[in-house]
Amino acid sequence: MHEPPLFSLHESALEPQQLRARLQQSACGGFVAFEGWVRDHNEGRRVLRLEYEAFAPLAVREGGRILTEARERFGVQHVHCAHRIGALGIGDIAVWVGVSAAHRGECFEACRYIIDEVKHRVPIWKKEHYESGDSGWVNCEHCAAVAQRAGQAPEQKHEHAHRHEHSHSHA
Amino acid sequence: MLYGLVLAGGHSRRMHRDKAVLEYAGRTQLQRALELLAPRVHLSFVSVRADQRAEPARAGHELIVDLTPGLGPIGGIQAALHAQPQCAWLVLACDLPFLTAATLDHLLARRDPRHLATAYRSSYDGLPEPLCAIFEPTCRAPIDQWIESGQRCPREWLAASDALLLEPLESQALENVNTPEQYASALGQLQPGASRRLRVRYFALLREQAGRADEELASAARTPLELYEELRARHGLGLAPEALRVAINDDFGDWRTLLSEGDTVAFLPPVAGG
Repeated sequence: MHEPPLFSLHESALEPQQLRARLQQSACGGFVAFEGWVRDHNEGRRVLRLEYEAFAPLAVREGGRILTEARERFGVQHVHCAHRIGALGIGDIAVWVGVSAAHRGECFEACRYIIDEVKHRVPIWKKEHYESGDSGWVNCEHCAAVAQRAGQAPEQKHEHAHRHEHSHSHA
Repeated sequence: MLYGLVLAGGHSRRMHRDKAVLEYAGRTQLQRALELLAPRVHLSFVSVRADQRAEPARAGHELIVDLTPGLGPIGGIQAALHAQPQCAWLVLACDLPFLTAATLDHLLARRDPRHLATAYRSSYDGLPEPLCAIFEPTCRAPIDQWIESGQRCPREWLAASDALLLEPLESQALENVNTPEQYASALGQLQPGASRRLRVRYFALLREQAGRADEELASAARTPLELYEELRARHGLGLAPEALRVAINDDFGDWRTLLSEGDTVAFLPPVAGG
């Protein structure tokens, strides 16, 4: 039987109880999970719902790399990250990270590492739909505005080499 | 210290003419190899047979002459390791017209001097590619012994040694050109204006701006960066390439990679998972 992928994408609601069961092993004395939920506001705007889009093969590949790194770096036993795609409502679980190990310390550290890296590296995009009726791709609109300004006034083209370390997360 | 070595001591028997002076876009293969090495190494040398020392294309360069004639590429590598025993060598064959800065930079970034060598695996058979590889100073004795035991093949030496082997970054980068037919085909592919069939995928904001999730097209763009600039103008894409990452055939790639026929290229806006 194939080992299930460390990182998985889901079109329907995440089930923490099911996800957690996979990490429960007799050699493990500690388990840490993180859930990222859809929040009803972001940067001062009322958010009604979200859409997540993924580049699936690369998301699974890069997510798998992050989870393998976490396992090697922190010496934890089992790791898994599940991410939603498609339409989500307020309160839905957008992402679930679970880590189990012999002891709690490395579980906390590995879990934190995984969620931070997933946000920055995995090709998944989030579109927010606002109460005002408009919508926007998180982290993209600012770049688009900068590119447009640069196009209009090339002589004033400003530095645009940021690495998207900032995140407008629900977490 | 890292030195560069271009292997130009072969007989070019199948090509029927000296491979080092074959030209692509007005530059000889030897010039192209030296230009790729120059910004990446302390000094570059050309590996030659003793009877090639005065040959005009080679004579102007720093030369390293084979210690023992007739050993093939491993003889050139051995001579370099003896000429500068403290140095590591970035070794290139002179018949790699598709080699790019991206493939060299990736090799250098992944190099681990605790291994005897760092090399790519062939995209055809998975075996080590010795002719675009880094040989550490610690290679000297093992390569001497290998030659002494009557062996010649640098590929077999790498396979039998503690070499760090990398998956290829670009499938075509280490394709070598040995025959007039291969040269003609490579010229056609590298000539400015030659076009390739490519598939392009768009995501999120770019998908909406392009009005499509993917498309197939023929393009003369040689790299993802050139392709993006072409499509940015055609579809009015609102993001600058500096804000994006590029993926080639479902893995992250480099904007300067040379594209191959049939590649799938994806442009990735800033991500926002979690």
